[in-house]
Amino acid sequence: MSVIDAVPVTDSEPTEDYVNLGVFGRLTHRRGWLSQHLGTAVIGFVLGYLLGHWLGNVVAGGYSYVQNSGQNNVADTGGLLLGVLGWLFGAGALNYPIAKMMGREPAEERFDPSWTRYFRYTADHKVVGLQYIFSVLTFLFTGGLLAMAIRTELLSPTSHAFGPGTYIAIVSEHGTVMMMMATSIVVGPFGNWLVPLMIGARRTAFPRVEAFSFWTFTAGYLVIMSALFYGGFPTGWTGYAPLQTQAGAGMMSYLVGFAVIGMGMMAAGFNLAVTIVTCRAPGLTWGRLPIFVWSVLATAALLTLATPTLVAGGFLGILDRTAQTAFYVNEHGGSSYLWQNLFWFFGHPEVYIMALPGFGIVAEMLPVFTRKPLFAYKVAAAGMLGVALLSFFVWQHHLFQSGINPDMRPLFMLTTELISIPTGFIYLVGLGTLYKAKIRFEIPMLFALALFFNFLIGGVTGVFLSDVPVNVQVHGSFFVLAHFHYTIMGGLVFAFFGGIYYWFPKMTGKMMNKTLGKIHFWMMFIFFNLTFFPMFIIGLLGQPRRVFEYAQNLQTLNDIASVSAFFLGASFVVFVANFVWSIFINPVAAPPNPWDSLGLEWQTPSPVPYYNFERIPVIMADPYHYSEPNAPQLADLGVGSDRTDEKVEVGK
Amino acid sequence: MTDTSTREPRHFARMFVLWLVVAGVADALFYTLAGPHVPPGTMTTSAKDNQFDFNVLLVIALPVLIAVWIYMGYAIVMWRSTRKGVAEPVGGAVARGNKGVQFAWIASTSTIVMGLFVFGTVALINGAGSGGGEGPNPVWSPNSKAPLQVQVIGQQWKFTYRYPSFGGFETTQLILPNNTTIEFHVTSLDVTHDFWAYQLGVKADANPQLDNVAYTTTRETGSVTVRCDELCGIWHGAMYNYGRVISPAAFEAWATATQRASVANTKLLPPYALTYVPDANGADGGLYPTNVDPYSASEVYGAKVAAS
Ligand code: HEM
Ligand SMILES: [Cu+2]
Ligand SMILES: [Cu+2]
Repeated sequence: MSVIDAVPVTDSEPTEDYVNLGVFGRLTHRRGWLSQHLGTAVIGFVLGYLLGHWLGNVVAGGYSYVQNSGQNNVADTGGLLLGVLGWLFGAGALNYPIAKMMGREPAEERFDPSWTRYFRYTADHKVVGLQYIFSVLTFLFTGGLLAMAIRTELLSPTSHAFGPGTYIAIVSEHGTVMMMMATSIVVGPFGNWLVPLMIGARRTAFPRVEAFSFWTFTAGYLVIMSALFYGGFPTGWTGYAPLQTQAGAGMMSYLVGFAVIGMGMMAAGFNLAVTIVTCRAPGLTWGRLPIFVWSVLATAALLTLATPTLVAGGFLGILDRTAQTAFYVNEHGGSSYLWQNLFWFFGHPEVYIMALPGFGIVAEMLPVFTRKPLFAYKVAAAGMLGVALLSFFVWQHHLFQSGINPDMRPLFMLTTELISIPTGFIYLVGLGTLYKAKIRFEIPMLFALALFFNFLIGGVTGVFLSDVPVNVQVHGSFFVLAHFHYTIMGGLVFAFFGGIYYWFPKMTGKMMNKTLGKIHFWMMFIFFNLTFFPMFIIGLLGQPRRVFEYAQNLQTLNDIASVSAFFLGASFVVFVANFVWSIFINPVAAPPNPWDSLGLEWQTPSPVPYYNFERIPVIMADPYHYSEPNAPQLADLGVGSDRTDEKVEVGK
Repeated sequence: MTDTSTREPRHFARMFVLWLVVAGVADALFYTLAGPHVPPGTMTTSAKDNQFDFNVLLVIALPVLIAVWIYMGYAIVMWRSTRKGVAEPVGGAVARGNKGVQFAWIASTSTIVMGLFVFGTVALINGAGSGGGEGPNPVWSPNSKAPLQVQVIGQQWKFTYRYPSFGGFETTQLILPNNTTIEFHVTSLDVTHDFWAYQLGVKADANPQLDNVAYTTTRETGSVTVRCDELCGIWHGAMYNYGRVISPAAFEAWATATQRASVANTKLLPPYALTYVPDANGADGGLYPTNVDPYSASEVYGAKVAAS
């Protein structure tokens, strides 16, 4: 393979530093507070909301909405949609397309060295990755506070901290915020930040699509939080009709919010899939692709292909509540099953969107901390693709008791149980890699091992749920709740924090404090299990989900869960303290490759230059040649890089 | 993977013995001590069968869990970098995979999964739907010639029960005769609820305009808790009531007495049907124009009238 000629980085100044929008004035890449940033995005959201609300009332002020007489949601929908548009406009996400539409050549974005770039619309994947991290953490902690409220209410079987309406609004908001967060918690931050570095690319395939995905994701946060101002919505994250049709205006925040987040998910998935397929450096064959990139590819496929169903389903729901259609209204010829089918057809691939990236992270970290190559690499990659494919054929296991297609239950039992085979491959990979290893218990490794512990319980109980006779007993109960918290929180969220401890030295150039990290890990691990394990028993003993009253004899177990949940919440305070301490207050410079990883991302200079690689590297081997005396050279980073003529050291 | 080096301890043999002992003990303890108490008990055929199913699954699951835990525990202790004398790991082809291990892994997980599928399907069919909702036209139904029909009506936020074989009276208490096959017809007047009769091992969604059938056969007398198991609005958490399984004679007496006592009430109810159109003046908040009476026009709206 020949060395690709260096693509020179353009230093030429663009002739104009702004986009002339004629009557709209000039949009610039100017860097003062007068230009576009988070603040103008917020202003855009508010103005857009007001305009849309007003327009909606002009259009449909006279209509009444059947199920909630005297009200229609046209104004609310218009407000939220134009609010999102205003947000994008205010952030500057639309400058480029608008300029293009007006036949002008927009100015090229140039590197902005100031810290304010983190508050701006930018197509730099490394900035977008960090923006994502702060956003998903905001999502996560908002959802976490709501969870604390839920567990407070459930401290007592009969006396109440909240009224029933408030409680159900809290539960629904918690579930929806968390599910939205979980779609992007790994793919957003690490997918965008790491994939180009891991595949030897200078950027993602469509940087503006990447930025668009971020700004729609954050707009989705505003929309879903707006539900609180409407008094919340009562349907949980599943949004079942006809309750959806009957609910108050807060329901619009759910429908519009999921649609908006869905746009972001599709954009993010599409961009990353194309990036991985087309932007790999020469020599980076499929067989040499880092396993994390495989997991992002599988996830990206799901994001792109499953999410349209959600957006379409939400669209029908919006029509039901504004244009008085009856897609989900049984009495008028619609079907409540339609929503259930559409929702879960998206919903099940979605749960694997929340599993695969976690697998990718831990599989990427294991070789580093065991000093061994990844065991059964091909099986791992095939398993991820297998899971992605199969996940489209299992959705009715959420509807075993609903009365839909009862004769199909054995089929969906089969497909659901089949999917646990490729899911289980991650254990083959993990356990095989641990074999005769030399395990270093650094913080990221602790999180990785915890995933194997937690996800095992989550996965095995999934098989219980897919057994129809057992499902009769546990469907809709706390057992299901425990199952998916073990998979999502115990899997994905643990992997996410492991990823933060692992890659932050690269992303920020600073080490996280190890002692605080240990405290965080052990608190999180112990109290996670103490919070959610009792819920299996609570569910078996007959407590349905989303209730505020339960049997007296379940109080002890519920109290154990609640108190543990508060400590679990506290573990995140430790994390935030560590984060602030290590990044801002007492930063300790990180060595260039603190974990001795062979990953390509660690071979770039620190901090990573704007264009990632001075020259596109040529990949000569996969990054897992640990403990191999005659290991091949990993990559030729080329002359002109920081490490001129220096071979990447392999085989340690 | 067989160990070639002579000094190397036989890791797999050690782990296997440990696993055999721990898993054997755990299974035996669970099955004998906890198994009989696993919810939902044995009050009906479906409860008993589903309990048995759960126990079988757990007896299979425990050895799997324990195998992984033992392996991980062993790896953490034996192969930690801080242990004195831990060998340097070996990379290269041997560490990258092992066809035998990979094949054995895939074969064994596939076998377990296929076994579970067959087991679950047989249980589902033999159990006549295992007490789960089977939709309006159940594919699997029990042998009993004359099951007792009981209709469950969910509405925000209560369950009521109608007994078509006793003139269609409606109660708020679920009373059932012992040793009888029950055919539940579950429907809703507004949003989706879910009828979960805990001790009966019955669970079926209550959908508006739809009839969802679930079967079970009572085996023991006792009290029953019914909870709504599908989020149905703000008072979902308070949507529960109780019932009893009593002797057939006592049931006969109760049912005829209640039928007589509620004649006046029953007259006010819409005629027994498998689904109902919501009351024009009721919870739907005026779904129908005031000049439409949904009951008199039940043919028009497609509400089916019970066969008998
Ligand atoms: C071993 C593979 C798995 C199997 C066999 C499995 C099976 C199931 C089944 C049958 C249900 C329906 C339960 C019910 O409502 O009656 C369910 C629910 C659920 N599972 Fe899994 N699951 C697996 C893995 C996962 C993973 C990896 C995730 C996410 C990371 C996940 C997340 C969920 C969620 C969120 C729900 C509940 C949704 C809701 O009702 O709100 N599961 N699972
Ligand atoms: Cu699913
Ligand atoms: Cu309910």
